[in-house]
Amino acid sequence: MDAEVTLKVDGTDHTFVVDTRTTLLDALRERLGKTSPKKGCDHGQCGACTVLLDGRRANSCLTLAVAYDGSEIVTAEGLAENGELHPMQRAFIEHDGYQCGYCTPGQIVSAVGMLQEAEAGWPSHVTEDLNVEEITLDDDEIRERMSGNLCRCAAYANIVPAIREVSGR
Amino acid sequence: MRPYSYVRADDVEGAIATLSGAPDAAFLAGGTNLVDLMKLGVETPEVLVDVRRLTSERVEDLEDGGLRIGAAVPNSVLAADRKVRTGYPVLSQALLAGASGQLRNVATTGGNLLQRTRCVYFYDTTTPCNKREPGSGCSAIEGHNKNHAILGGSEHCVATHPSDMAVAMAALDAFVNVRGPEGGRRIPIEDLHRLPGDEPRHDTVLEHGELITSVDLPPPGFLSNSKYRKVRERASYAFALVSVAAALDVQDGVVRDVRIALGGVAHKPWRATKAEEALRGEPAGEENFRAAADIELESAEPLQDNAFKVPLARNVITRTLLELSEGR
Repeated sequence: MDAEVTLKVDGTDHTFVVDTRTTLLDALRERLGKTSPKKGCDHGQCGACTVLLDGRRANSCLTLAVAYDGSEIVTAEGLAENGELHPMQRAFIEHDGYQCGYCTPGQIVSAVGMLQEAEAGWPSHVTEDLNVEEITLDDDEIRERMSGNLCRCAAYANIVPAIREVSGR
Repeated sequence: MRPYSYVRADDVEGAIATLSGAPDAAFLAGGTNLVDLMKLGVETPEVLVDVRRLTSERVEDLEDGGLRIGAAVPNSVLAADRKVRTGYPVLSQALLAGASGQLRNVATTGGNLLQRTRCVYFYDTTTPCNKREPGSGCSAIEGHNKNHAILGGSEHCVATHPSDMAVAMAALDAFVNVRGPEGGRRIPIEDLHRLPGDEPRHDTVLEHGELITSVDLPPPGFLSNSKYRKVRERASYAFALVSVAAALDVQDGVVRDVRIALGGVAHKPWRATKAEEALRGEPAGEENFRAAADIELESAEPLQDNAFKVPLARNVITRTLLELSEGR
């Protein structure tokens, strides 16, 4: 079965027809040429496909494009504004937060979404006091909140400081 | 993936009618488990009825002082809800101990309750599995069964329920509000999930066409003194080997009331009613907590790879109750 969907991706509206089985990840990569979200495991376990979906980070491999007709999606590519890299992108470069780079776009989008969650006061599994008003992102908090993004090169030692630097700004 | 038609109904009644008319149809909410199972060929619906935008996305006050959680409330939003954090910390903690940030943003309250087991044989369509293919046999009973049930299993299935959230809701005595072709009903969460028996195919008592619309929590009371403790093989983003959701009311050193539910040990969130009964009216303390845990675990039937779950469950129950009794 085919269905028409409209997705706003990185600020631009796209209307196209998809097989209803198409995941958001495949729609972005194969139909719209947006290849910054990567297909790693394709089962929601690695986080390489992470995008901001209506403002929140999500695994695009486990969402159906047809179910998000009318939604707004931001990929790592769309984080940059006016040709300027997003602070999180710059921090990953400065801290060498990658080796092969395959997980990097997902890590960066996830980190941006994660910082918004922390700013909204959302606690995590390692937050000592559930009722705290303001979240302080130490390394334990960053690691826990980023556990949905795997890096098989294990660049975590540089990813954590990169995120910490942006969170402190 | 098997081709299917995708339907977005206008309202709950329309969704129920569409699904009821198609024996091979499934409701779709967040899809974080269902889409995965469809990719693997474990679930093969002919029709997907999208209900994500049909049920409430809000957490609302009930007249009795409790809370009503809309079925479409994402797990992340529920965990962060201020009233849940203060009145039912066990629920926030359970949600935050499950999945990843990305998944919690998409997974819904109703969907979380209805997620399927993560038994590897259920996922592997090349192996027999009575839950996936009734009558084909259970590969786990003689196979790799470290993650499987120690309580309430049957000769047909020893799978465990994977949800953390449901374990907390079991300890809270939540009610699940359901709508179906015959109208609505209100199911105590204890009765929602079933033991495998000779029909492991059915995880819950829901009939085809029944849709979870919301979950009600009772007024907090002593439930604000509650806690979720999860033991898993890595620090984050893993299913429970054993988890405990507990709430404790101690006055003058005596247990006035207590709730204990276990995760990772059975086909459903396991309410430890025997341990609860053994503790009510007794002095609070490590020895009694441990004795109560032992009473609950007397009926445990571990498999070849998971005997460790029995002492693990005992220790985690004891430690969790001890911390609650000391206000930690």
